[in-house]
Amino acid sequence: MDLEALWLSLRLGALTVLVLLPLGVIVGRWLAYRSFPGKSVAEAAVALPLVLPPTVFGFYLLVAFGAASPIGAAWQAAFGRPLVFTFEGLLIASVIFNIPFAIQPMQRAFEAIPSALREAAASCGMTPWQVLRRIELPLAWPGILTGMVLSFAHTLGEFGIVLMVGGSVPGETRTVAIAIYDRVQAFDDAGAARMSAFLLAVSLIAITATFVLSRRVGRRLA
Amino acid sequence: MIRHAGLCVLRGAACLLAALVASVAAPVAARAAEPPVVAAASDLQFALEEIAQAFAAATGERVRLVFGSSGNFARQIRQGAPFEVFFSADEQYVEDLAREGRTRDAGVLYGIGRLALVVPRGGPLAADASLADLRAALGDGRLRKFAIANPEHAPYGRRAEEALRRAGLWTDIKPRLVLGENVSQAAQFALSGAAQGGIVAYSLALSPRIGDRAAYALLPESWHGPLRQRAVLLKGATPAAERFFAYVQAPPARAVLRRYGFAVPGETG
Repeated sequence: MDLEALWLSLRLGALTVLVLLPLGVIVGRWLAYRSFPGKSVAEAAVALPLVLPPTVFGFYLLVAFGAASPIGAAWQAAFGRPLVFTFEGLLIASVIFNIPFAIQPMQRAFEAIPSALREAAASCGMTPWQVLRRIELPLAWPGILTGMVLSFAHTLGEFGIVLMVGGSVPGETRTVAIAIYDRVQAFDDAGAARMSAFLLAVSLIAITATFVLSRRVGRRLA
Repeated sequence: MIRHAGLCVLRGAACLLAALVASVAAPVAARAAEPPVVAAASDLQFALEEIAQAFAAATGERVRLVFGSSGNFARQIRQGAPFEVFFSADEQYVEDLAREGRTRDAGVLYGIGRLALVVPRGGPLAADASLADLRAALGDGRLRKFAIANPEHAPYGRRAEEALRRAGLWTDIKPRLVLGENVSQAAQFALSGAAQGGIVAYSLALSPRIGDRAAYALLPESWHGPLRQRAVLLKGATPAAERFFAYVQAPPARAVLRRYGFAVPGETG
């Protein structure tokens, strides 16, 4: 088992979730409660990574973040490290690609809260912040947790983008999914089998957790 | 209170995340001292791992090895990949990078590679250097899939195509080809049982991991252009990378390369 790759994947997953948690709550809540012209377009943009091939996304990132691009050059000048083929670049890619996995369950959870409940809270004199903290978050938490679990598990398994913008550098961009690919190419079937079994277990646990959580949402609001 | 139990779970998850994040900060600070990253053509998959182990045993220093196709590495280096040493299966890539000022110098020729026909043990194909049985298998339907590396960006794929053309088999075999992203993946395809054989690097055929499951035949050198392999220090290489680069040119490393079937040049350059 490539522990370095495993640790890297866990770090990447945790950081991705950490960035997406506030983003998901804010954007998910906003999409749930506001209606505005072009809302469908905004929702489509959020969902786009679900249908966009990872290689397409990876290609655009490579072009956008590469050493020849303005963003890549500015990053290099500021931090002395390139953005592609580094952990930071991978994190940015991972955050963008996980947007639908984080935001959509959170949006559904906020949508499921009856508006009468929020209005009642407001008419009792609660500030919007209090409503969020005392009413909305306690009711929406299974959806929020589902978003976190899904984006974490999805980060561990993402392959195409990591291959395109990562470059399989050990300890930097070689995630578990890439390490499995490398092990197969090195004719190390036993190593690949161990890591695959681990990812299988993580995925199964994650998906089971989301089902348990979504059942809770249903029961709570019934 | 059920509501607050929910919030506690969220808070617990956030704490767990914070702990993980704290652990991230440390590696970032320590990164400068990390071993250099060496990008190597995948025909070196086994030979260079052995050399790196000997290097670690002799000096106590480590390197991080990344294997892939030379063409992909050359492109990644242009995009700013943080590699410090590049072992290319085709010296053309090194020469181009040198001309663009991305390397320390012109590098050194570390070996000349060869091609081998590999077939899985117990498979329908015989491993003969004349490719006579391959020709027969194409005719009688024994050959369904045949693996080579992608000729577009993998030097061994290009040379395999030349050898197949030279043998007059290219047109017939082309519809049956499966292309590996690099020569190591081509070997993986050839021996997985999904294909009946392949033309890959001789150095891979000689490795114990592959030798256990394959029979091979060395193809005549005259059937394809030379696989002149060049290594180079890239701009920004650290002293640790320089020491590894020097070690690869020392007698113990050259002996390993020779054992993996590379013709090792007497002089550098």
